[in-house]
Amino acid sequence: MEELFRISYPVAAADYTSAGKASTDIKRRLKQLGVSGDVLRRVAVASYEVELNLVIHSLGGELTLTVFPDAAQLVSADVGPGIPDLEMAMREGYSTANDEARSLGFGAGMGLPNMKRNADEFSITSEKGVGTTITMLFRLQ
Amino acid sequence: MTIADMVNILNAKVLRGADKLDTPVYTACCSDLMSDVLAFVDEKTVLITGLTNPHVVRTSEMLDLKCLVFVRGKIPTEDILDNADEQGLVVITSKLTAFSACGLLYDAGLRGVPVPTAWDAEE
Ligand SMILES: Nc1ncnc2c1ncn2[C@@H]1O[C@H](COP(=O)(O)OP(=O)(O)OP(=O)(O)O)[C@@H](O)[C@H]1O
Ligand SMILES: [Mg+2]
Repeated sequence: MEELFRISYPVAAADYTSAGKASTDIKRRLKQLGVSGDVLRRVAVASYEVELNLVIHSLGGELTLTVFPDAAQLVSADVGPGIPDLEMAMREGYSTANDEARSLGFGAGMGLPNMKRNADEFSITSEKGVGTTITMLFRLQ
Repeated sequence: MTIADMVNILNAKVLRGADKLDTPVYTACCSDLMSDVLAFVDEKTVLITGLTNPHVVRTSEMLDLKCLVFVRGKIPTEDILDNADEQGLVVITSKLTAFSACGLLYDAGLRGVPVPTAWDAEE
């Protein structure tokens, strides 16, 4: 598929103040490209959830938006620590979030299931000690 | 009702978005758990909360919410308010507790956003 646009955002671990800035920019750019309504909102929510997870749970990573003529793709790739039990992590209510994340209103264990619900296609791979990669596709038409 | 009606009912102070008070509102949600708000709210609604960190505004932004209501007279910092302004969010603050604010708004006709409960999966 022909790539129209691609941009990557580095996301630092434990940077709670900046968390969400990449998603704000992603939403703004998609809007400029004419994406709107339900799909824009689904991309924005999934992007914010995955970005927050990078900040809260990972050792740092990168969020990449790629826009195709009929779809938008979000890829989150981090450098660890990896998720030991993916099935458990995908369950609603499972969370290992620390007190700081919880004090900000996160850590309910809703993020991964919410990403899966919002994306048209969702895949996650993770290796302990190596890192986690999440790929989400959103159809634009 | 409109946001202006909410301001009256809650005896609230308008912090940002004074030009958008005629926006109609039909539903609201009340939560300090942004995880839940992100997972369950899927309409342009009102968020009543006691949390004033930047993520309350970012959550509202991702969900295209119409209005943020802070309770117990809480006011976020100026940069958080300016960020809300940039997103076109109306921000108001009321001295009432969350419970009282919700009760008064419900009484005046506002309803909760429809959300699935943890029980739905079992039924
Ligand atoms: N990038 C990641 N690296 C390592 N662990 C992760 C990563 N993303 C998620 N996890 C693990 O999966 C769990 C579930 O993630 P999920 O996003 O569903 O919930 P949460 O982030 O804990 O809470 P919420 O998203 O509701 O604020 C996390 O608590 C964490 O243990
Ligand atoms: Mg999460």
